[in-house]
Amino acid sequence: MRLFDADQTSRSGGRKSAHPAVPARVRPAGSGDIGQVIALDAAVTGIEKADYWSEVFQRYGARGAKQRFFLVADAGGTIKGFVVGEVRDWEFGSPPCGWVFGINVRPDARLGGIGTQLLVAICDAFRRAGVTKVRTLLARENTLVLSFFRSQGMMAAPFIPLEMDL
Amino acid sequence: MKLQTATSLALVSVLEAAANPGRTVAAAEIAEKYGVSIHHLAKVLRELARAELVESARGVGGGYRFAGNAKRVTLMDVIERFEDISARSPDAGGAQPATDVGRALARVLAEIDEIARATFRSITIDTMLKLIAREAGARKLTAQPARQV
Repeated sequence: MRLFDADQTSRSGGRKSAHPAVPARVRPAGSGDIGQVIALDAAVTGIEKADYWSEVFQRYGARGAKQRFFLVADAGGTIKGFVVGEVRDWEFGSPPCGWVFGINVRPDARLGGIGTQLLVAICDAFRRAGVTKVRTLLARENTLVLSFFRSQGMMAAPFIPLEMDL
Repeated sequence: MKLQTATSLALVSVLEAAANPGRTVAAAEIAEKYGVSIHHLAKVLRELARAELVESARGVGGGYRFAGNAKRVTLMDVIERFEDISARSPDAGGAQPATDVGRALARVLAEIDEIARATFRSITIDTMLKLIAREAGARKLTAQPARQV
């Protein structure tokens, strides 16, 4: 299944999305949204991470957090999607940049432009924070979300992710 | 990673056709633009037609039309019709695969190949068309004569 905004049809099909555009307003997350964010994430990933999301909200959703952003797409009180990111400064000498580390859209609201709305909104927030570059990091197998970011114009960054067993 | 000539031709053919939705692109037009043999290109186009990535139109003004879904078809979908870029063979590093050196080299080369495959899998034809438009925009910008002050 294809996430976010890319068309979900067969390779040779020309059918447009069956879902009409979902009217949603992107705004900062509030404490009342966390339950829906936890449920959305659990529905997509299959793992409920209530403590994690509560902590993310404390760190990124708190008012006054100048370089941290937790935004939700709200359609009449229903959270259709969310995005989380922050400005990261001087990691290994790299000038400050925006960093997206979470984005998700409700399965029944996909293909309606919600993912694009969320990404555009957080990029606007990054620009207002004074940065001109946005980055993210994904598993190579996550073709779905990789394709979404690619479709938005993102290209490989001049970095190489590394890891080792501990 | 170096792609075979047929694969490269397939990619440019698909992109040329997808860039002009609804319009047929003549094989001769592509062959001339990229300086390739029309016979070689014809074979590639036949394979693309078998894969239902392009469809041919006969008669005057005939040629090929993109027949896939540009937001769904990835570069990998095109590439794998022409060559297998799956895991590199253990001796691809040139060293004896049974040796520690050979295995270590193969591991590094496999890592590089996996990154290339992930890249091909994540880029759709639609994304490529956006990239091409950006390149064209940038080229026009640099080609503009400096404004007289």
